[in-house]
Amino acid sequence: MKSFLAKRLGLSVLTVGLAAIIVFFMTHVLPGDVARQSLGRQATPEDVAAFNKLYGLDQPILNQLFRWIKELLSGNLGVSMSTSRPVSVTLIPALGYSARLAAVAFVLIVPLSIAGGIIAAMNRGKKIDRAITVGGLSAAVIPEFVWAVVLLLLFGVVFQIFPISAMPDEGAGGFLQSIWHLLLPSIALFLVLFGYIARITRAGVIEALDSDYMRTAVLKGYSRRKAVTNHVLRNAMLPTIAVVASQIPYLIGGLVAVEIVFNYRGFGTVLLTAVGGRDYAVLQSGVILTSVVIVVFQLIADVLFAVLNPRIRQRISE
Amino acid sequence: MNDSSTEISKKSDAERLQIRKERLALLRRNKAFTIGIAVLGFWTLCAIFGKYFTPFKADEQNFEFVSISPNGTYWFGTDANGQDVFSRVIVGSRLILVMSFAATILGTLAGTSIGLITGYFKGWFDIIVMRLLEAISSIPAIIIALLAVAAIEGQSPTITVFIIAFVFTPNIARTVRAAVLAEAEFEYVAAARLRTERTPHILFKEILPNVMPPIIVEFTVRLGYAIFAIATLSFLGAGVEYGSPNWGTQISENWAQIFNNQWWPTAFPAIAIATLAVSVNLISDGLLEVFEI
Repeated sequence: MKSFLAKRLGLSVLTVGLAAIIVFFMTHVLPGDVARQSLGRQATPEDVAAFNKLYGLDQPILNQLFRWIKELLSGNLGVSMSTSRPVSVTLIPALGYSARLAAVAFVLIVPLSIAGGIIAAMNRGKKIDRAITVGGLSAAVIPEFVWAVVLLLLFGVVFQIFPISAMPDEGAGGFLQSIWHLLLPSIALFLVLFGYIARITRAGVIEALDSDYMRTAVLKGYSRRKAVTNHVLRNAMLPTIAVVASQIPYLIGGLVAVEIVFNYRGFGTVLLTAVGGRDYAVLQSGVILTSVVIVVFQLIADVLFAVLNPRIRQRISE
Repeated sequence: MNDSSTEISKKSDAERLQIRKERLALLRRNKAFTIGIAVLGFWTLCAIFGKYFTPFKADEQNFEFVSISPNGTYWFGTDANGQDVFSRVIVGSRLILVMSFAATILGTLAGTSIGLITGYFKGWFDIIVMRLLEAISSIPAIIIALLAVAAIEGQSPTITVFIIAFVFTPNIARTVRAAVLAEAEFEYVAAARLRTERTPHILFKEILPNVMPPIIVEFTVRLGYAIFAIATLSFLGAGVEYGSPNWGTQISENWAQIFNNQWWPTAFPAIAIATLAVSVNLISDGLLEVFEI
């Protein structure tokens, strides 16, 4: 188990490292002058030179890369090019907000999608199965921002059930209040992810239902309910864990558009502002943090997968 | 050159033709697939001929008729710039369709080549490429695209197409690689090698035809994602010119009007995106069923 963990951890670090290099070269090697883009067309050559010196852009490219990675490793995310404040001052609180939205969405998505997949599998071929699989996947291919504006129009403006902003009103704090504000944006994210997770859960449940051990359980006189809860769900959960982990990047990517529509000061809004202001310091660090979050979730899923699957667990301990 | 040893597990042309016929018949009977083709066909016609039969010019602004609700003249109403929403929705199909097809074709070509080569040669090259692809896919597609759009001076649909293709390449490469790994075990590949066929011949003439089904399915799945990504990017104001008739841009310019109960300049392009995306999904679903993968 220890060597498995070490190996998986090593691969994760390697992935983030490579991602950092790719992100660095995307901002520095793609045609486009960082200083000109940041300062605007009117900047004098002296301004550009001063800017380049300030951000170390006059150094050889590999030195810049090593310096950036060294700073990242020591926890320094750099200085914003548009506000001249540390990147962490804007990025960290924004990440907190996004994490809250993602958590509410996650709590909505995972149980409901698994339930949907199980219901579809138990009613294989029937109308409800078709509705969940075809309906779920059709909803999943419609972009989050389309769902977000449609939900906002219907439930925020026309029926006025939900608040139109994801930020709770100033002063009117409270845990439940903030969750209430996050519900509509979470539904937009839910609609995009439900279909994939439900489909994989459904496939896992069907495979387990058709298996020999299920037939044995039934022949031994287990009730269908007991057989399903004891045998089917446990086996069907494995592919579900893998697919949930694989959807994390889509959830994070979806945050950007949803946060814009619901006027939420999260990570997506900060990132988009940085794109508009050509603030590469914020962009680079923001994108690397995204990669770290995604890789960490992938790692957790892999370990969970191994722990829950006796076959893999045994192979690891050997 | 086609000696009998290559027939061991490679289907003959006649057999392949028969399978193709059966698959086509199955697809024609698949209702969801047919609807998908019809809707995609409708939007394709709009993209090609739309500008000749719209009631108004898509960029014509009429400041006497601003934000008018749908009526007999303006079927989908007008937006805050006095532009006819119906005409803009019809013409708006063009950019998103051209861009998503171009991005998907480029990504599929790149991904298929990488997948064929890494799956066939394995070894250190395979390990390095797969690690790099893993790193790319550890960042959400939309966020990579935003980063690239910020880095490149001057946005254009062409650049966006290349970025989306770049982001999709890992997924396609992985699918093709897995199929090639399975395929390379078959004797017809060994037989071709014994005949001292050149490697490009083995890759593209022997293996590629047999891994086409997963590539076709992956192509339609990616096309759906391309529509998703390009619509989202244009909504976020990245990758296309502001003001161009384009569904995502249309929504981003008009959605704030929903708070004044002017729902039509937003709702109709939203419906258009939804129908296009769902139609492509129905097509890939139908193909998936017929190819049984």
